[in-house]
Amino acid sequence: MNYFLSEEQQMIKELSKKIAEEKMKPVREQYDENEEFPWEIVKALADADLCGLYISEKYGGFGGGVLELCLCVEELCKIDGGIALCVAATALGTFPLLLFGTEEQKKKFLPDIASGKKIAAFAVTEANAGSDAAGIQTTARKEGDFYVLNGTKCFITNGGDAEIYVIIAMTNKTKGARGASAFIVEKNTPGFSFGKKENKMGIRASSTRELVFNECKIPKENLISREGQGFIITMKTFDASRPGVAAQALGIAAGALEDAVKYSRERIQFGRPISSFQAVQHMLANMATKVEAARALIYATAKTIDNDPKARATKCSAMSKLFASDVAMEVTTDAVQVYGGYGYMKEYPMEKRMRDAKITQIYEGTNQIQRDEIALALIKESARSK
Amino acid sequence: MNIVVCIKQVPATTEVKINPETNTLVREGVESIVNPFDMYAIEEGLRIKEKVGGTVTVLTMGPPQAETALKEAISLGCDEAVLVSDRAFAGSDTLATAYTLARSIKKIDDFDLIICGKQAIDGDTAQVGPGIAEELNVPCVTYVKKIEKIEENMICVERMMEEGYAVIQLPVPCLITVVKEINEPRLPSLRGMMKAKKVQITVLNAADIAAETNRIGQVGSPTLVSKIFAPPFKEGGEMIVGDVGEQVEELSKKLKETKVI
Ligand SMILES: Cc1cc2nc3c(=O)[nH]c(=O)nc-3n(C[C@H](O)[C@H](O)[C@H](O)COP(=O)(O)OP(=O)(O)OC[C@H]3O[C@@H](n4cnc5c(N)ncnc54)[C@H](O)[C@@H]3O)c2cc1C
Repeated sequence: MNYFLSEEQQMIKELSKKIAEEKMKPVREQYDENEEFPWEIVKALADADLCGLYISEKYGGFGGGVLELCLCVEELCKIDGGIALCVAATALGTFPLLLFGTEEQKKKFLPDIASGKKIAAFAVTEANAGSDAAGIQTTARKEGDFYVLNGTKCFITNGGDAEIYVIIAMTNKTKGARGASAFIVEKNTPGFSFGKKENKMGIRASSTRELVFNECKIPKENLISREGQGFIITMKTFDASRPGVAAQALGIAAGALEDAVKYSRERIQFGRPISSFQAVQHMLANMATKVEAARALIYATAKTIDNDPKARATKCSAMSKLFASDVAMEVTTDAVQVYGGYGYMKEYPMEKRMRDAKITQIYEGTNQIQRDEIALALIKESARSK
Repeated sequence: MNIVVCIKQVPATTEVKINPETNTLVREGVESIVNPFDMYAIEEGLRIKEKVGGTVTVLTMGPPQAETALKEAISLGCDEAVLVSDRAFAGSDTLATAYTLARSIKKIDDFDLIICGKQAIDGDTAQVGPGIAEELNVPCVTYVKKIEKIEENMICVERMMEEGYAVIQLPVPCLITVVKEINEPRLPSLRGMMKAKKVQITVLNAADIAAETNRIGQVGSPTLVSKIFAPPFKEGGEMIVGDVGEQVEELSKKLKETKVI
């Protein structure tokens, strides 16, 4: 299908594909097996100018938006759905700065992110506050020109490997959700340390760690926007970042589809390639249709956001993540089926795709929560229009 | 250090087809790439530039489509691109090609180092690099696997030998041809690709480089290809493996066994 991408967007796709094929493919199993952080790939992506696609040229980026990010993430995830997270989760940690940062904050932090010198992370989740993000217990107490952070975040992507963290913490517990604020915390700040590193089902090349704050003192200039804006910032950040998760899901599914079609033409049973059996054909046809529908939804969402980054895009953003992640789970499951027993074996890239796909239904809001948000938006729209 | 890298556009496949009438390579319908050995030459040029400063100019002789190869070099970080193209160059053998490229380099004028790949994967002659050096009357070292030192007036290189390597120091300007052991070529960058899209390629024709008409193209090519054929496949035989010492021992044993010696 033709999405009428610009020449520059085509180039981003082409280059990302090249890096995925030449740099990621040979090492993807090793990273999955060893749960290492893919620094060599971060370097390759940085050398290729792919780390700052969605950051404006003023801060050393490429000057694109969510669509450019999605095109890159999709291509990388066709080969490996975990390694690409070093970029995708950095985007999650960068959007709060892009959307709400002051000029000084942007100047200070964005160039190193755009050049790929530093990666970023975003932390809201805590042990007792997942879907119910408003239940977070981490606090930030104002003391003169500083804020002092206390508490523990869990399941933080790029945790320990990122240099720049955006942390959501309560500045006023009595105000509930309106009492949260967003802060930038740099690695190596005294009082900021890392806890347990998780051992995961999928996306094993991506690090997931606990962040521990113990009387961690940061300059008051590191507050993003105003006190009390923490959840507004979180919501708008997710609006911009969820298409990236969707693109991750799309890439995983598209890669699975491509390999499954190829395999079905090579695998001979009953004297014929299995692609000649209607049961297999229909499975492939369903997979392809779902993948294309996910792609269309994601690109349209990304364009909508890029066209007016200040507007709320919760509904389409949630839809793209919801739909694409469900598609990824279905398509990778079917792709394993097309491969039969070989699909179940680690020697082939299929079982990993199925493991990697699962996370896209969970993080940045589970798909149950996405449905809640879509429904809420529908009801609000209807109420407004009467 | 100002560097000229000579590259050639070649068919992507190693299974080249040959036109039985003209005995030349069939290039139609085959995807074209930059000769893989030239990718190492480009990479080394870029690394030297990044280390000591200067510029990297890529140069190719070929049809107008060879522009694609030059653009690829630009996307990797080369500064300038020169295409030497003229119908009069058609049918050039290695001698005429070396002459034409040498004339073009003279025209570019400002160069300290010329880098070529060790050979092109289509013709496989490895003659053009040394030919250019001869024509320009500059020193030449082939099969370079490492550049040890770069100074203002000289470079020191390691030349790959069958066993070990030779360390050679040579004054600039000079020419080297490189082997794949020398580096790992980079991938393009987005900024490089954007630059390649807009780059103004300098096109030189026979008149621009003041080429003597009897030294270019078919006329300037003494090589006569009488026949090209695939050699019959040798069957049987036995590979003697191991290091040189072991191979010699094994071979002399066999020669004695068969009473050859
Ligand atoms: C690998 C990985 C990386 C992560 N990276 C980050 C990160 O970088 N930053 C960060 O802040 N967080 C991160 N997270 C956390 C992630 O966003 C949360 O795990 C997710 O939001 C779900 O929260 P939970 O795990 O506490 O599940 P719970 O909230 O306990 O949910 C459990 C189940 O209950 C359902 N449920 C809960 N509430 C409702 C409801 N109201 N209605 C219907 N169903 C409901 C959920 O859908 C789910 O099925 C990461 C998680 C993982 C696994």
